[in-house]
This record gives sequence, structure tokens and C-alpha cells, in this order.
Amino acid sequence: MTASLAASPTTGGAKTRINDFSIQVATVNGSGSQTANTVLLRAIFQMGVFVSGKNLFPSNIAGLPTWFTIRASAKGYVARKASNEMLILMNPETAREDIAKADAGALVIYDEPLQLDKLRADLSFVPVPFQKLVTASCPEPKLHKLVKNMIYVGVAARLLGVDMTEVKTAIAKQLKGKAKAIEINQNAATAGYGWAMEAVPDQDQVKVVRDNKTQGLIIVDGNEACALGALFAGVTVVGWYPITPASSLVETFIEYAEEYRIDPQTGKSTVAIVQMEDELASAGVVLAAGWAGARSMTSTAGPGVSLMSEFIGLGYYVEAPGVFFNVARTGPSTGLPTRTQQSDVELCAKCSHGDTLHINLYPGNMEECFQFSYDAFDLAERFQTPIFVVTDLDLGMQNWSSKPFTYPSKPYDRGKVLNQQQLAEAQDWGRYKDVDGDGICYRSLPGTPGGKGAYFTRGSGHNAYAQYSEKPEDYIEVVDRLRKKYETAKAHVPTPVFRNQGSAKGVLAFGSSDPAVIEAQDILAGNGLKTDYLRLRALPFTAEVDAFVREKQVVYVVEQNRDGQMANLLRETYPEFAIKFKSVLHYDGHAIDAKCIVDQITAFEQK
Amino acid sequence: MSTATPSAPVPTAPTNKLGFTKQDYVGSKSTLCAGCGHDSITAQIINAAFESNIEGYRVTKYSGIGCSSKTPAYFINQGWGFNSVHGRMPAIATGASLANRNLINIGVSGDGDSMSIGMGQFVHAVRRNIPMIYIIEDNGVYGLTKGQFSATADKGAHLKSGAVNDLPPIDPCTLAIELGCGFVARCFSGNPKQMNAIMKAAFAYEGTVVLDIISPCVTFNNHDASTRSYKHVKDHDFPLHDLGFIQYSEVEDVEIPAGQTEIVTFPDGSKVAIKAIHEGYDPTDRFTAMKAIHESMAKGEFLTGLLYINPTQPPLPEVLNLVDEPLASLGEDMLKPSPEVLNEIMQALM
Repeated sequence: MTASLAASPTTGGAKTRINDFSIQVATVNGSGSQTANTVLLRAIFQMGVFVSGKNLFPSNIAGLPTWFTIRASAKGYVARKASNEMLILMNPETAREDIAKADAGALVIYDEPLQLDKLRADLSFVPVPFQKLVTASCPEPKLHKLVKNMIYVGVAARLLGVDMTEVKTAIAKQLKGKAKAIEINQNAATAGYGWAMEAVPDQDQVKVVRDNKTQGLIIVDGNEACALGALFAGVTVVGWYPITPASSLVETFIEYAEEYRIDPQTGKSTVAIVQMEDELASAGVVLAAGWAGARSMTSTAGPGVSLMSEFIGLGYYVEAPGVFFNVARTGPSTGLPTRTQQSDVELCAKCSHGDTLHINLYPGNMEECFQFSYDAFDLAERFQTPIFVVTDLDLGMQNWSSKPFTYPSKPYDRGKVLNQQQLAEAQDWGRYKDVDGDGICYRSLPGTPGGKGAYFTRGSGHNAYAQYSEKPEDYIEVVDRLRKKYETAKAHVPTPVFRNQGSAKGVLAFGSSDPAVIEAQDILAGNGLKTDYLRLRALPFTAEVDAFVREKQVVYVVEQNRDGQMANLLRETYPEFAIKFKSVLHYDGHAIDAKCIVDQITAFEQK
Repeated sequence: MSTATPSAPVPTAPTNKLGFTKQDYVGSKSTLCAGCGHDSITAQIINAAFESNIEGYRVTKYSGIGCSSKTPAYFINQGWGFNSVHGRMPAIATGASLANRNLINIGVSGDGDSMSIGMGQFVHAVRRNIPMIYIIEDNGVYGLTKGQFSATADKGAHLKSGAVNDLPPIDPCTLAIELGCGFVARCFSGNPKQMNAIMKAAFAYEGTVVLDIISPCVTFNNHDASTRSYKHVKDHDFPLHDLGFIQYSEVEDVEIPAGQTEIVTFPDGSKVAIKAIHEGYDPTDRFTAMKAIHESMAKGEFLTGLLYINPTQPPLPEVLNLVDEPLASLGEDMLKPSPEVLNEIMQALM
């Protein structure tokens, strides 16, 4: 066995990329490669290096191509990087195409029988005899397919300079509690590592050098972070329907709830979780539970929101609280169900027929996924309305490193709810009377004893006393008050965060675009173009957004959709500044990368 | 349990065990057409709630869209109402009943609301056995949109306009039995005595009650060629049995006649006394129930009464093993895990 590395024209001459590279792993989905890739990511993370992982998977159970990208960055850039310095090619179906697309100079680990080394002269090849290594390291033939992937982890670890102890620790962490699986996988990784040590000469193209950047950090995905936010927010009713990429949010919640939401006195559950027959029914459960005083939520994606929109409008008009997570994917229609996009911006801003306006929260990182999910339940009860927490597949399902979450010590805000005594004392109470002038009325909960406070909730026209009414003045009173309530929310939603370089050129983005925008800002500054960056975190637009739009000469609105949906909302809100908004767009289903932002802004600037 | 007092005690009016008069169970004035069968149903809900000593503040009333769905405004003003969207009442009842398991849930729907647009929600609410009385005010026609056929209209039935229905009907009762519903009954809005007994039994039942009430539409479907007209239903109403309902609190005072009367006992001790008219009908056996309903349908009869009963089916909050206290009443101390828990979770993610 000889590796062709030494013969590579690029070896030795290239500058070594230390803790700054991307690895792309091509496998077949359903082969267990997700575990192997997470182990490799985690092992690099344990070496103290910032790392992020992106799984580009098909809408399929098993047998179709899947790619996993791991990016290490000493500077902490965690956005997708379009170029890769190392390729691990395990899928015969895509190997030749992957080679054709490879960036010059890349280091290619591949399954030896694929015979890829003659295809290009500008790549470095490491053919690995996987079958031989698997047979030698794992006695059980039926497990060969699964452990094969762990062998490339060992090979890659050796080539990169990742300690084998870190790989072993990562395997133990990933397969927590499954002693036999841990042993088999550790043996496989060790076999790969040992083989590479003997058969492959040292390379100096990409290296991991131990650092201390990740000490005390966690690795988590956004769906888990949101589930934890909901757990600590004390959600009591969950109605949901499975959909990619939102299912794991509720599924992770269920796992935590089974441990942390059981009353120790009785062994009974303090949360009702029901998988409904569809998303529409889920929305009904959420809003009715909120109406009856529970903290309620659902988790869905674009097609689910479309189906829910009938109920969302009802929730808005009758003023029932509920938290709606939208882990957005690529639309329209079924679209690309396993790819990411920010294309539900307008849908969630104005979901349902008639004049509707919804409070939206846009977390941009894992800590915000946790905190905003917690806050969403307060906002729902405070404003008595459906609240959208909008993430996307990139935030929701990918691995991100993060600071550990801060305990949300702020007590729950249960909003304006009158209890039995308050109802008894209330003079001339009306469910939809704006007593405080903030557009938010006092509500009563069904089942409150005392004979006071019962009212009739209806999606049809109603007056301040919740009575049926078709009178123009009653209708106007209610819908104008709802508008006022939305205005009131401006003082309660998360304000934007800024990353300013002292420039009249503005960049506005939100959600998962954040890492790519930060990296792009640095690249642009390096090219001589400074920018001020506002990261939007909620709708309605707050005073900080007003000021930014007013002050900046130009506002580049970065978003991951075709039509510039956030820019549309901005133009609608700030018509006098409409000309300032320039759309920087990325919408091919992959997560946005810095280069596409740099290229588009540079092109605008050169006009 | 109740701390409520009657709002306007009338000295002469009789009171129930909670001290309420029947007046305490009424709602707003009906805006339905004069003579509408739905108003007779509303009257029996009021009577049954009064006689069953229902605490009004615990009552929640749900509906979708249609003539039937207006009626929750016409009874039990002390309870909370929720008139939602077309065909989606079951999801509303599901959410609220999970939020507060002390609520007494009454859903009023129609044949269009439940058997067409809301079929999916009907099916799944029944399957989940959510604690509610699900009333279908069944007239075979869309009244509020001025007289189109619904999915329960009989094949060959005529509209006032002369249009003939050429599709077979969906029967809510056999469907509900098939789905595992533990309390299925059919009534005719022109038979108040039967409705009263069944509704009182329904109030004592813990899971989903499906109550299909044939309720002729006087405006659009009460002509000679209609199979849902008062005359037609009256002529073809075939009561299964004489029913008596005895609330748990009255069990000791009431003498139950021996002999041919079958007694079904509910978990709370209430009893339904069933004196069979239809020979060999056993309402606790779903197979004979299905057979009898199908046979009577083939003959063009409306078999009415308690069609099927299984008094011990656990409702959804029990299946989910929820705490006894309403989820809506749980405070932060019960709901928010401690900082130590967060720390434990963070450590596991490191």
C-alpha cells in the first residue's frame, strides 16, 4: 500500500493552513456517516479550534448522496465556505463529479477501489483500503458498513494532526452509554489512524494545532436550543406534526420533558404533547390551549405555516396566545425540504387573510435560539397573539459551537389575566376594552369560578365586550387597536445588534446569515470598504432600525431568498427611503457564504 | 366545589342542587329561523345541564361555522364560548381540554362542519377520546349558505330547488363506533324526552360523546321530498329503547325497575337504565350495534337512542398521564427547571 501523496505536485510548496480549512465528506445517506462526521467535528472542537458543521442531505431515508462540511476557523468564522481544502469521498455515485468540482490543491481521501487518483493532477490523493481495514478491525460483518465511516475519521485525524485520544473521547460522547458501540467504533477509528501513520507520509497542507478557543463551549443545534428555551419557559401544551427540518425541535423537547417535566410527587407529566393529524389541527390546539391559559407551542416549516394560516388569523383576531416555531426550508411548495432558506419572511410577518401583522423573532445564534424561545412565551401571553420564532434549517439542524446558555432568571410574564377576585371587583369589564391605552386588553380564563368573566370568543366581528357586531365603528375600533398593540410590541421585542466600522454604508441581515455577514464585513474592510452592520432580531421594526435606515446612505439587505422579502417589508415601512435598500441575495438551498455577499456588495459599489 | 351563586334568583323558580334555576343556564336569544330544530336541541342542553347540576363556569362551548355553530351563544352564558373556524372545532376543544382538564366541554357542529370540511378533525378527535360532548346538528343541508347538500344527505333526497342528491350519505354514528368512540347516540330534535336522557348521560361520560341529532331545516329542507323533514323523520324515527338517566348523587333515591331493563354504570356511579324496544339490541356490543344501524338504514329508518356505550374508556388527559391540576394553573415553581438542571444539560453538550 502506497499513498500517492508524495507524488503530488502541490505537496510541500503550498502554504500550510493551520486551523483554517474546510473538509467535505461525501457519503451515502443512511450509512451512519452523520455519527462519524460529528465525531470528527467534535474531535477538532476538543482540540480547542472553532468549528462548524453543515450536513447537506437529501430528502430520502437511505441510498442517496449526502455531503457534510466541517469548517475550522481560528478567527471564529463559522459560515459555510464554498471552497474545501480536504475531501473525503466515500460515495461511488458522486466521486467523479466531486473530483471534477474540487478546488485545486485539495487533499483527497477516498475509497481505494474508486481509482480517482488519475482524474486530476492538481490534487493530492490518499487512497484508503477501507474494506481491508474494516474486516481487520470489526469482527461482525453486519456492522462493516457502519464502522467503515469511522475509519476515515481515524485517517483524517492522523493527517490533520488531531490527537487520537480526542477522537476516542468524541466517540464516547457521541454514543453515550452504548459500551459495545463505543468499543467497535473506537477500534475502527484507531485502525484508520494506525494505517495512516504507517502508510501515508506527513502532509503540510492542512493542519489542526491545539488551541484554547473552545474551552467551556458547547456544541448544539438550533432545534435543541429552541427546545431548551421552551422547556425553561414552562410550555404546557404542545400540538405538532412532523416536518423536516422542524421535527427534531419537538422530538428533542420530548426527550427533555420526559426527564425534567415529570412531577416528582405524582410521577405525572406537567406538559401535554400531542402529535396531531396535520399542522392546521396543531395550530388549533396551540391557540385554544393558550386561550385556556396554558403556555403552548408548535414547531413547523413553511408548508406547515401555509396550512396553519387559517388558524393564525383567528388567533390574531380573537387574541389568543401561542408560540409558532418556523424552522424554514427551501420553498415554494415542497421545494427542497432538506435545504435552507429565509423565504418565509413575508408569510410569517402577515400570515393569514385580512389585515394581519405578527410579532416575529429572528434568533441569529444558539444563545438567541434559547433565549428568544424563552421570551416568545412571555411575548405571546403579554400580547395575547401568535408569536413566530423564525429560524431555518441551517440554524435548526446544523452543529454550532456556542457559549453555554445563561439561566433565564427573569420570572414568567403571564400577561393581563384577571383572576376570580379581580373579575368580581372589575367595573364594566370588556374582553376587548383597551383600558391601559396600549392596545392590550384584560382577559379571563375559562373555568374561573365566581360567575364573572365568561365571554364569547369569535372569529367573526365583535365589539369591545366580545359581542357579535357588524357595526363599522366596532370593527374599526378592534382592528385599529390590534395595530396599536403591534406598535406597543416595538418596546418589548429584542432590539438589533450592531457591528459598526464607522461607515455610511449599512448592511442589514438577520438569522443564519450572521456569520457570513461578519466574515464578509471583514473581507470588505480588508478591501477598503467599511460597513456598519445591523442585525435585525425581530418584527416589528424598532426605533434602532428607524434610525439606521434614516442615517445610512445605502442599506444592503442580505437575505436568503429570491425576492428580497425583508427588503420589501423595509420599503413598505420606510417608503421615503425605499431607494436606499439594495438586495444581496442567496437562495440556492445552501447556507449563505461570505464570498457571495462580498461579490454582490462590491458589484453595487462599482456601479 | 362551586363558589358561584345564582345571578338572579327567582323565588318561585325551582333550583337544582347547586341552587341555580334553569334561567341560570340560558344564553342569548336565538337568531335562527323560527321552528328550527336546533333551538329544540339548545333547550335540551339547558334542561340537561340544569338537571345534572352542571357548574356553569366550568362549561366551555365550541363550534365551527354554520347555523349549528351559532348555537353555543344560546345556552349557558356562565360558560366560555369559542366560535372558531369552519370544521376546526375539534382542535379547539382538544387544546382547551388539555390546558384545563376541569372544563366541561360541549362542541356543537353541523353535518357540513363535521362530515365535510371538518371530517379529518372529527375523526381524530374521536380517536383521541378527548373529553367532550360532540353534538352534530344534522339537517343534511348547508343552511347558512342557503341550501346546498351536505355529506349526510340521503341518496335520492331532493332540495327545495328540485336538485337530487346522487351520492351516498356518510353516517356519523357508524363512523364514530368504528373509530372506537365509547358513547354514540342518535336523536331526533322532535323527541325532547329522549334527547334529555341522553344528554344527561353524556354529561356524566368522561370521554368523547358523539351525538348525532337529526334536526330538520325549516327553511331549506322541510318539504315533502326531503328525507330530513319533520314529517319524514317523525314517520321513520325508530327509538331503540326507553332511556332513564340517574345521576350518581341520586342513585340511592331512585328505584330501578327490574326485569328487562339493562343498567350501564359510569365510573362516577351514575347509571343509565335502558329498557329495550328493539329486540336483541345490546348497546354495549359494538358489533351488534353496527349491524342494527346498517339494517335500519337499509330500511330507511332512523334508529335513535343510545347506539353504543363503553363507559370505561380513558380520555386523552388520562392517556397522557397529565397531573391532576389544570396545566393552565401550574406556576413557575412547577414548570421551570432549576439552574442546576441547565448546568447539567450544558455539561452534557460540552
